[in-house]
Amino acid sequence: MFDDLLQNLGLSAFSLKGFGPILLEGTWMTIKLAVLSLLVSVCLGLLGATAKLSSVKLLRVPAQLYTTLIRGVPDLVLMLLIFYSLQTWLTNFTDAMDWDYIEIDPFVSGVITLGFIYGAYFTETFRGAILAVPRGQMEAATAYGLKRGQRFRYVVFPQMMRFALPGIGNNWMVMLKATALVSIIGLADVVKAAQDAGKSTYQLFYFLVLAAVIYLLITSASNIVLRWAERRYSAGSREAVR
Amino acid sequence: MIELLQQYWRPFLYSDGQHITGLAMTMWLLSASIAIGFVVSIPLSIARVSSHFWLRWPVQFYTYLFRGTPLYIQLLICYTGIYSIAAVREQPVLDAFFRDAMNCTILAFALNTCAYTTEIFAGAIRSMNHGEVEAAKAYGLTGWKLYTYVIMPSALRRSLPFYSNEVILMLHSTTVAFTATVPDILKVARDANSATFLTFQSFGIAALIYLTITFTLVGLFRLAERRWLAFLGPAH
Repeated sequence: MFDDLLQNLGLSAFSLKGFGPILLEGTWMTIKLAVLSLLVSVCLGLLGATAKLSSVKLLRVPAQLYTTLIRGVPDLVLMLLIFYSLQTWLTNFTDAMDWDYIEIDPFVSGVITLGFIYGAYFTETFRGAILAVPRGQMEAATAYGLKRGQRFRYVVFPQMMRFALPGIGNNWMVMLKATALVSIIGLADVVKAAQDAGKSTYQLFYFLVLAAVIYLLITSASNIVLRWAERRYSAGSREAVR
Repeated sequence: MIELLQQYWRPFLYSDGQHITGLAMTMWLLSASIAIGFVVSIPLSIARVSSHFWLRWPVQFYTYLFRGTPLYIQLLICYTGIYSIAAVREQPVLDAFFRDAMNCTILAFALNTCAYTTEIFAGAIRSMNHGEVEAAKAYGLTGWKLYTYVIMPSALRRSLPFYSNEVILMLHSTTVAFTATVPDILKVARDANSATFLTFQSFGIAALIYLTITFTLVGLFRLAERRWLAFLGPAH
């Protein structure tokens, strides 16, 4: 249908040459990968932030090590390191346990890798945000007899989100753009689809620009959502300058 | 592990015999793109905060484009995309420029980092203290002089913390250069991996080198901040 429309408009040079479904599939893959990695990294980030702020040294030191090491090394290096090593480790492990050979799905290992890397960035974001919640809030919650979990859920978390949102937004943008790298480790994302389509039609430039436009659409859409969320979570707080 | 180091320490650090590789190549990529990005972003950031619509929006559009798309795609467009256009190959100058992987890589990196740097500097200019600018105007400084003596020195200093972040992000981004056949640290690690199958060790060495550069840069920027941001510290 899209091709017919282009034909009627006299723009048949911009036709997708039948690569539309592959590009769409690639886009869907990119979105799935980004969203699932976001979930993993937010969970890791909350855990990491709790560990970093804990009074137990045995929790604090590994968390510190995790954030320092991961944030000091480029994501692509880590991606290759983890992606290729994960399979080797698992094979060694299953051999040692006399289990059957398990092959890791590239998608799953991509999600784990991205989630693990960006978990370190989220740890720092959440740690800063938790520290930004005034101490008195926590004390008041304790005084009201709220339990540990309740204190976090009803008092700390809603207030923390306001401080964490700009950081979350930033991390999400960086992570979204990092998903373009998964085509290097062999996942069929939108970049891979565009490269394949471009190579077989000899229109590499056009398809690569198309992939860039798809990314631009996703980042623009997430910008709008983030701005909405920031407004929602900052309800009830006054800001002198906007 | 020892054999790997014995065999590959030279390519990892500076040369494989014929070409500059590894650490030296990464540092060259980083410094070239950062330098070009810095020089170009200063006029662009001034245009970005201009009250003149036709000066402001092209820059805004440029930063929107380059900050909204992944560097990897930008590099692919520069390296393979542009050269696939027949009209580019027919022009001798363009053909010579885009045939070289190094040119394409530095072009893509410089354009990318310039977009981020422009936004950083523009933000710093926007957050200038009103009083400072008003005082400068009261002293009769306008236009060019106002910018070179008052606004830019202050804005560049105050953007130092964000700029250091950008430089470190750029260092981490240089890793995609190997996809354009530029022999940086990661390319050497990949070669070492495919020759020896010591995956964890090969990439581990690369990770350690990057970690060292990151910490060195962080340290240098901390020194720079102590020097140039001293005026923001508490008064003694």
